Amino acid sequence: MSNASTMGDHATIGRYETFSYLPALNRDEVMEQILYILDNGWNASLEHEHPSKAFEYYWPMWKMPFFGEQDPHVILAEIEACRRAYPDHHVRLVGYDTYAQSKGHSFLVYRAL
Amino acid sequence: MSTKTYDAGVKDYALTYWTPDYVPLDSDLLACFKVTPQADVPREEAAAAVAAESSTGTWTTVWSDLLTDLDYYKGRAYRIEDVPGDRESFYAFVAYPLDLFEEGSIVNVLTSLVGNVFGFKAVRALRLEDIRFPLHYVKTCGGPPNGIQVERDRMDKYGRPFLGATVKPKLGLSAKNYGRAVYEMLRGGLDFTKDDENVNSQPFMRWQNRFEFVSEAVRKAQEETGERKGHYLNVTAPTCEEMFKRAEFAKELGAPIIMHDFLTGGFTANTSLANWCRDNGMLLHIHRAMHAVIDRNPKHGIHFRVLAKCLRLSGGDHLHTGTVVGKLEGDRQSTLGFVDALRESFVPEDRARGLFFDQDWGGMPGVMAVASGGIHVWHIPALVTIFGDDSVLQFGGGTQGHPWGNAAGAAANRVATEACVKARNEGVEVEKNAREILTEAARHSPELAIAMETWKEIKFEFDTVDKLDAA
Repeated sequence: MSNASTMGDHATIGRYETFSYLPALNRDEVMEQILYILDNGWNASLEHEHPSKAFEYYWPMWKMPFFGEQDPHVILAEIEACRRAYPDHHVRLVGYDTYAQSKGHSFLVYRAL
Repeated sequence: MSTKTYDAGVKDYALTYWTPDYVPLDSDLLACFKVTPQADVPREEAAAAVAAESSTGTWTTVWSDLLTDLDYYKGRAYRIEDVPGDRESFYAFVAYPLDLFEEGSIVNVLTSLVGNVFGFKAVRALRLEDIRFPLHYVKTCGGPPNGIQVERDRMDKYGRPFLGATVKPKLGLSAKNYGRAVYEMLRGGLDFTKDDENVNSQPFMRWQNRFEFVSEAVRKAQEETGERKGHYLNVTAPTCEEMFKRAEFAKELGAPIIMHDFLTGGFTANTSLANWCRDNGMLLHIHRAMHAVIDRNPKHGIHFRVLAKCLRLSGGDHLHTGTVVGKLEGDRQSTLGFVDALRESFVPEDRARGLFFDQDWGGMPGVMAVASGGIHVWHIPALVTIFGDDSVLQFGGGTQGHPWGNAAGAAANRVATEACVKARNEGVEVEKNAREILTEAARHSPELAIAMETWKEIKFEFDTVDKLDAA
């Protein structure tokens, strides 16, 4: 006998890499990730892009990477400012790891509707 | 200047090859062997015999020895140590001059170090425990074609381990059904799928047909999820010509990654393929079939940390390392030791991790550690803790055995991994709080809840055969 009636279906939806399989992070949770980036000695940075171009490697930077910024509240405020300036864009938070010459962390902090 | 005279006959090896006062040069290639001598053979003589037979010596003196400066070329046994908890074996440390080895040839290094000497009668058993490759030699090798950072940038994935799965059943699927299994796993949230190592080009599924259907599966999953995906197309083949033919076709199809079995395929083929990958912007996943034949016996053979170092020099972007927690053999500290040897640029001596020497890799790129074999969602907290971000966690049965199928199985693994990474970043001790983290994540993911229910009882708690030597 088939057990189809009790089986669930996994629908494919658009994703955005790290943390996109979790519920959207709230303000406190974003704060924790900012602290993780700073504690690793990485430089926080913001990128934003319209959903239609989200697959592309390069998203425009919001201002400059926040070199040397140790106050997580400043970065949180910049996330808000970026959202306000580009309400129809995704915003992602990046941690640049100078030792690895790569991004140590990168995830979407604001998903455009 | 002193001259030597020819004196035919058999001399004790120790007279020439046991040099306890020797201070190794930075440019020497150093090796540590675990030697189990025949009864009545003194340790110094056994150690010297290993040094001799793996370098310039043979069983008797020959007149042509005097035509060269053997003191310049000989290997030297320079230290002997007890093996903790083992009275019949000892460690012999041997220094080899750099010029004994052809530049960039792992083949040549192994032919010398683990050649005839392993069948030598004066030792009952012999195991190559570790090699220190001098930076001078490292710089002559190509190494990983791309390395960890380049792979992250190409695949656009940061701050978390990669997730993969080997397609099952590993033999017998048609190419189109095989591609279906790949598509379902990738659309569900895995980054990579993998050909099983046994899959080459059999009558039920020829390679060309598989490559085409799999590429279509990757393309579509990528388009629908908006994330970059790949499938390790196995190009391991009966001849190098055939291997390159398959690699070229993978490139033509736009595949980001191919795979090779470095021990069964051999180091010559592997190094050539790595060079091709470097020139063609192709990632290279390395499987390790046959390793357990060589590395599992604690008294004889080659420790996997040596094979791992050799692979990093020969070239590969991923290497299977065992899981520590799954169905396959692997001691935790020892695994952490060779995972460091694969990924870091300088790895200090650490006997507690089985590392006998400092190893400087200079600027050589690192290799991603691949944990694969008998792992499922309940193992993820431990895997994230053990392997960190620069790893590929591969769940074959743990994806395709999900009651709702491959896509749901993939999503369950992805949700669990991201939940563990998020908790780790928040400073939570992930292994200790595994149940809470997964249970909380499952509240938003019925796929994970079902996976946790399905595999809650499965553990693989057998004792490790090859343990680190300890008193």
